[in-house]
Order: sequence, then structure tokens, then C-alpha cells
Amino acid sequence: MDLNIAGIRLDVTEDGYLTDLSQWNKEIAVEMAKENGIELTDKHWEVLYWIQDQVKNDVALSIRGIKKSGVIDIKQFYELFPGGPLKISTKIAGVPKPKSCI
Amino acid sequence: MSTKVKKMLFILSKATIENAYAAFVMANGARMEGIESEIFFTFFGLEAIQKKKLEHLHVATVGNPGMHIPTMLGGLPGMEALATTMMKKEMEKLDMPPIGEFLEILSDSGCKLWACKLAVDMFHLKKEDLIDQLDGILTIGDFYNRADQEGCQLLFI
Repeated sequence: MDLNIAGIRLDVTEDGYLTDLSQWNKEIAVEMAKENGIELTDKHWEVLYWIQDQVKNDVALSIRGIKKSGVIDIKQFYELFPGGPLKISTKIAGVPKPKSCI
Repeated sequence: MSTKVKKMLFILSKATIENAYAAFVMANGARMEGIESEIFFTFFGLEAIQKKKLEHLHVATVGNPGMHIPTMLGGLPGMEALATTMMKKEMEKLDMPPIGEFLEILSDSGCKLWACKLAVDMFHLKKEDLIDQLDGILTIGDFYNRADQEGCQLLFI
């Protein structure tokens, strides 16, 4: 599928996740966040970059990983990305949707 | 974001580790999908929220055909402990948190944790015996009131 954000044509999966992280930039993240009703703050960016690092290092993302991240705790994570935090934050970060059940 | 299921209420009535994990994984999964979730611990399910007992839940080796252990052998001393240790190892490989940590995760994720008043009284438990993350002790009437909304599902485990 194609998606037009910030004037750029992006390759995305059926549920709207970027298929190529190299297409990602901050403008895209801001737009995607807006679609989910989120205004990105410094803390959001910190989390998004942490998520990208995890994915680049082949670490599977999970809520347990968030607890151990040292970047953010679970309560804050739910506050920053309401309505399904891992699903939404990974979409904004331009990485694949996590496959873990936990 | 709209979803047909708005809230999941789980009733955990058993103390076996596989039942506790079933409730926890599904309750956590609901929160991760933006669905409200709560767990009501009743009867033997209370073992999962007792400070002294929660890390000692066992898998059932007797009367559990899924274990593929003959019933007579499953009843031998140490069998449950052995099977539980093996299962915990497999869970750790999948990055499944132990019961205590899982309860912390659930609580931090906004999943409400309730103890059943009748069962608490029956087992002569005090509030101090139960985990700090507990949101309260409810009667079944209180619990049904929490279910009284559109898009709410109840699940007995």
C-alpha cells in the first residue's frame, strides 16, 4: 500500500506501518502522531528513538521491555500513547508492528 | 479509535499457573489494544494475589490430559514442582514475566485488580496478605456494577 504524508509517498503495510524505516523522518512522525491525536513532546521523541534503537538491534518489543527500558515506565507510556501504546508508538516510530503477545 | 469490545472483565477462580497466565496475558493484551480490563480474583484464584503464595503457583499434573503424563505418575511427589519448573523455563524464553512482575505490569497498565469479598472471608485473609497493587475487595454486586456498560464482556477462567 501507498500512503501520502508530508508530501512524501510512503510504502506501508495494510494497517499503516512503514515497511522501510529509511523513509521515516520527523515530519512523518509528527503527522502520524496527529492522526492518533498525539502532540509529540520531548519525552515522546525519547521513546520513539529508543524504540527505533531496539528494532535496529533486533530486540523484540514488549510491555515488559518498556518496564525495563530505563527511558519510560509503563504508566507514563500509556499516558503518552493512549489507546494501545505499543501499537501506536511503533507506528509513529516507523518500525514494524510488534508481534509479541505480551 | 473505536472498538466493539470496550471492556473485558476476567474472573480468575483457579490457582493453577496456566489459568493465571491465561487471565494475565488476555487482560494485558486488552490494555495493549486500548480496551479496558479488570480481573476479579475469587476462590483459589486468590492464590495469585497473595504475597506469600503468588510465586509458588503450580501447573496441574493430575487430571490434565494436556500434560500427557499418566494420572498415576502425575500424582507422585515432586511431579508438579518438576513440571512447573520446566514450564517456567519455557515461559522465560518467551520473555513472560513471573506472576509478581506481571501483576505490577497489569497494575501500571491500568488493569484493575479486585479480590472477591466472599472468598477473602472464607480463606480468612487480611488486606496485608494481598498484593499492594490490589485496587480493592468487592462483593459480586460491586463487580456486576463495574460490568454495567455497553461493550463489556465477562470471562470466567
